[in-house]
Amino acid sequence: MKQLIVFIAGVLFAVGLAISGMTQPSKVVGFLDFFGNWDPSLAFVMGAAMLPNIVLFRFIMRRGQPLLAPKFHLSKRKEIDWRIIVGGGLFGVGWGLAGYCPGPGITSLASAQAPAIVFVASMAAGMWLFSLMGKFAPSTEKEVVFHGLKK
Amino acid sequence: MENFTPFASAIGGLLIGLSAAILLLFHGRIAGISGIFAGVIEPRAGEFGWRATFLGGLLVGGALMFALTPELYAVTIERSLAVVAVAGVLVGVGTRLGSGCTSGHGVCGMARLSTRSLMATISFMATGALTVFIINHLLGGSL
Repeated sequence: MKQLIVFIAGVLFAVGLAISGMTQPSKVVGFLDFFGNWDPSLAFVMGAAMLPNIVLFRFIMRRGQPLLAPKFHLSKRKEIDWRIIVGGGLFGVGWGLAGYCPGPGITSLASAQAPAIVFVASMAAGMWLFSLMGKFAPSTEKEVVFHGLKK
Repeated sequence: MENFTPFASAIGGLLIGLSAAILLLFHGRIAGISGIFAGVIEPRAGEFGWRATFLGGLLVGGALMFALTPELYAVTIERSLAVVAVAGVLVGVGTRLGSGCTSGHGVCGMARLSTRSLMATISFMATGALTVFIINHLLGGSL
C-alpha cells in the first residue's frame, strides 16, 4: 500500500513537471533570463507548488506520525554555512547551463533524448565525485528524525 | 513574454505540491529529488526501496506525458552535449554540497519556512540567472 502511494506521488510529480513546462529547458532558461525576453512562468510553478504547502505541511506535521510510516524524516539543520551557499551556487550554474534540474532531468529520460540522458548520467557522476571528496561532505549528514510538532 | 504560460505552470505546480504533501502525509518524507536520486545511486540500508519506487513513478509519469504530448519535452536551447555533461556534474556536486535542489529547497524547504532553504534558493537563482545572462547576452545564446 505504501509503495503504491509513493509510486503515485512520483507519477503526479512527473505529470506536474511536464505540464508546468519544467521539462522544456527553454522555459527554464527563459525564466532565468531576467534581463532578456523574461518568461515568468516558472515563478507560477514554484508559487503554486510551495504556497499551499505552507499551510498543508503544518497540518500534516501536527499529526504525531505519518499515516503509513513510524516517523517523519525532516532536516532540522539551521546553519547557514558556505556549503549551502556554494552548493546552491554550483547547482544554479549547472541549471542555467543545461536548463534541467534533477526532477525534470530524470522525468525527461522518458523522452530518450540525448541531453536528458547525458544530464542525468553526469549528475550521477557528480554525486559519486562528491562522495569521493568525503572531507567536504556536510558535517552532520544524518537527518534528524522528527516526531511531529508538540500539540 | 510571448511564451508565458501562467495557467499550465500553476496547474503543474499544484500537482508537484500535492505530490510533496502526499509523500509527507503517508510516508513522512520530503520530496527532494536530488536527495532521492542520490539515495538510489549510493544506496544505504533501508533507504533504497521507497526512493527507487518514487523514481519509478517519475519515469512512468514522464513516459505517460511523453506519449500524450511529446512537445512538452522539446529541447530547443543550443547547448553541446559536452556543456550538458559539465552542467550535470555541477548539479550533482552542487546539490550534494548544498543538500538539495529546486524541489527539496525551493518547494519543500521554503514551504517549511526554512531560512537555510531560502538561502540555497536565492543562491541557485542568482547563479542560474548570471549563467543565462552570460550565455544569452555575452555569448550569443548558444554554448
